[in-house]
Amino acid sequence: MADGAAPVLDVRGLTTVFHTRQGEIHAVNSVSFTLSKGEVLGVVGESGSGKSVTMMSLVGLLPSPPAEIREGEVLLGGQDLLRASPAELSSVRGAKVGFVFQDPMTSLNPVFTVENQIIEPLIRHMAMSAADAKARAVELLDLVGIPDAARRVKDYPHQFSGGMRQRVMIAIALACDPDVLIADEPTTALDVTIQAQILELMTQLREKLGMAIIWITHDLGVIAGIADRVMVMYGGQVVEHAPVRALFHNSQHPYTRALLRTIPKITGAREGRLSVIEGQPPIMTSVPRACPFRARCAHAHARCEAENPARRAVDGKPLGQGHDVACHWTPEAENA
Amino acid sequence: MLTFTLRRLLLAIPTLLFISLIIFLLVDLAPGSPMSEIPLTVPPEVRQKMIAALGADQPVFVRYILWLRQFFWVEPAYLLDGWFGTDLAGDQQRILSWQSRSPVFTVIGQRIPQTLTVIGTAYLVGILIAVPIGIYSAYRQYSLFDQLGTFVAMIGFSVPTFFTGTLFIIIFAVWLGWFPTKYDTTLEVTDWASFIRQMQQMAMPVMVLGLANAAAISRYMRSSMLENMGQDYVRTARAKGMTERTVVLKHVLRNSMIPVVTVIALGIPSIFGGAIITENLFGVNGIGAALIGAIHASDLPMVQTLAFIFAVLIVGFNLIADILYGFLDPRIRYD
Ligand SMILES: Nc1ncnc2c1ncn2[C@@H]1O[C@H](COP(=O)(O)OP(=O)(O)O)[C@@H](O)[C@H]1O
Ligand SMILES: [Mg+2]
Repeated sequence: MADGAAPVLDVRGLTTVFHTRQGEIHAVNSVSFTLSKGEVLGVVGESGSGKSVTMMSLVGLLPSPPAEIREGEVLLGGQDLLRASPAELSSVRGAKVGFVFQDPMTSLNPVFTVENQIIEPLIRHMAMSAADAKARAVELLDLVGIPDAARRVKDYPHQFSGGMRQRVMIAIALACDPDVLIADEPTTALDVTIQAQILELMTQLREKLGMAIIWITHDLGVIAGIADRVMVMYGGQVVEHAPVRALFHNSQHPYTRALLRTIPKITGAREGRLSVIEGQPPIMTSVPRACPFRARCAHAHARCEAENPARRAVDGKPLGQGHDVACHWTPEAENA
Repeated sequence: MLTFTLRRLLLAIPTLLFISLIIFLLVDLAPGSPMSEIPLTVPPEVRQKMIAALGADQPVFVRYILWLRQFFWVEPAYLLDGWFGTDLAGDQQRILSWQSRSPVFTVIGQRIPQTLTVIGTAYLVGILIAVPIGIYSAYRQYSLFDQLGTFVAMIGFSVPTFFTGTLFIIIFAVWLGWFPTKYDTTLEVTDWASFIRQMQQMAMPVMVLGLANAAAISRYMRSSMLENMGQDYVRTARAKGMTERTVVLKHVLRNSMIPVVTVIALGIPSIFGGAIITENLFGVNGIGAALIGAIHASDLPMVQTLAFIFAVLIVGFNLIADILYGFLDPRIRYD
């Protein structure tokens, strides 16, 4: 993907902490990644691994308190969003960065028509007149594949099915033609067939509109079909990062390998039970000094307890551009 | 919506009939007779005649049916006659007060304006104060403003109006002398000076009752706002880049108003009911005072009619609250 060109989004050392009654929760720990124009970055990890918090930290969507973005840089088109004022941030959200959330049943405001909710960002960010915005709203609904858009635009969210509501959310997120679309588990709450339709729609839209996408999921199977690159998160850290093929064929981190084993295989004989990873992702109560995965890792050794592994390149390319992993163990060592 | 309203209206009829029967019987059980205000020197035969003239010697069910007929047929007919100059009512007997011997509805008609100006204003003032306070308290939860609001609301909630009322009279009327202790019903607003006097005499009852109402409504508003503030659609609105103003005053508020409007509508009958104490305290000659007076004088028709009017108001505003709910929340369709 567009090697050499400046990325649309460049995140460096992002660290987010929640202040709770029980003390600090280090939800995001020095996360770095980039996103090039028109690229799809998949973000995977079990629930609680810090995917949502990372993405919401980028554009100031976390309520503060309790959230505090402690460190890092978030460069969007050269502007550091972490140093932007709340007003500047609100004119980035919805305009340059669009969001689609997990639960379409609750993500739309129940008391306003779909039209009302689509024209809001158009009027705010594109300075459109109400009439123009309404015309555009119909186009957008049409674009995301809602039949009879001119009539449906006057409907309320409860008059749409879950899948259709998610299409409306996508229309809202794309309304102002953003550079980056962040889709936070957009298909998790939907039926399998509807999931496939939404995936299909996103693939089409990406080709048509050319925005970069960050696709969050806990399902590696979905990632295989849509992403160019994948970032695996665990304990609020990036534990492995690779082009999608490399990740599937040459995964390095024991956590990634375990995740890959959880994908049900369609081909071949039934493999008995679906494998799962034993245990729970940790809740980080301080700056991680040890590998967050060690308690569940079959390859854990003394060093994993003593030192949190830094990301290291696997294929010799600079960090964040090729394949890298944050682990003290190597599959080669196993074979040797 | 229309079918729902009609169905509810039809359902209200048996409800109201049942309530009217209970009220009538209960009040009828109370000791008292139309003669309780007549001197003992009046000879028994004359007494008997007077009772018969009022129809008070009839069995209770005859009197109940008669009263119903008067309430639902004769009185509305007189009302229409009064408005349009028709002659629907003819010379049919109206519901008469035993105390004043004049029609009950004439008395009520004289009293309602006082109640509406004083107690109605208090309710309105309460709402106007409570809604912004509730919104801001929720938006700045646990701030100094919110804590102070909670404290004042708790006082408004828990201290009865007869206490705050008396306190206000002592402070503002007796010590400071800002306002008159007693409400002058005969005052007519004709010029600036009399308007000022009217405002002064309204100030205390409005403050006392307004505070009590504002306390409850601001709490509802606050908790309703807080409940909605954490919803997913609020995050969506922020993710669209809406300003805090739009997020709070459009998205959150519009949803939060649904239960609050319902509570406000349901509370309107209490303007009349809850006003009883305040009216007596400040000497506002309104409908609440009329009820207390009628109870003291064993004026049964007056008590029955007023109690039943309260019941009609409560049933009516319940219906209105339901309709408003369907109106404000597009997810509710009653068909
Ligand atoms: N408001 C909050 N207060 C405290 N902790 C939080 C809050 N939101 C998220 N967290 C913590 O942050 C961690 C990451 O959460 P999240 O990013 O939502 O995970 P996921 O990868 O499932 O999206 C979790 O351990 C969660 O407990
Ligand atoms: Mg999440």
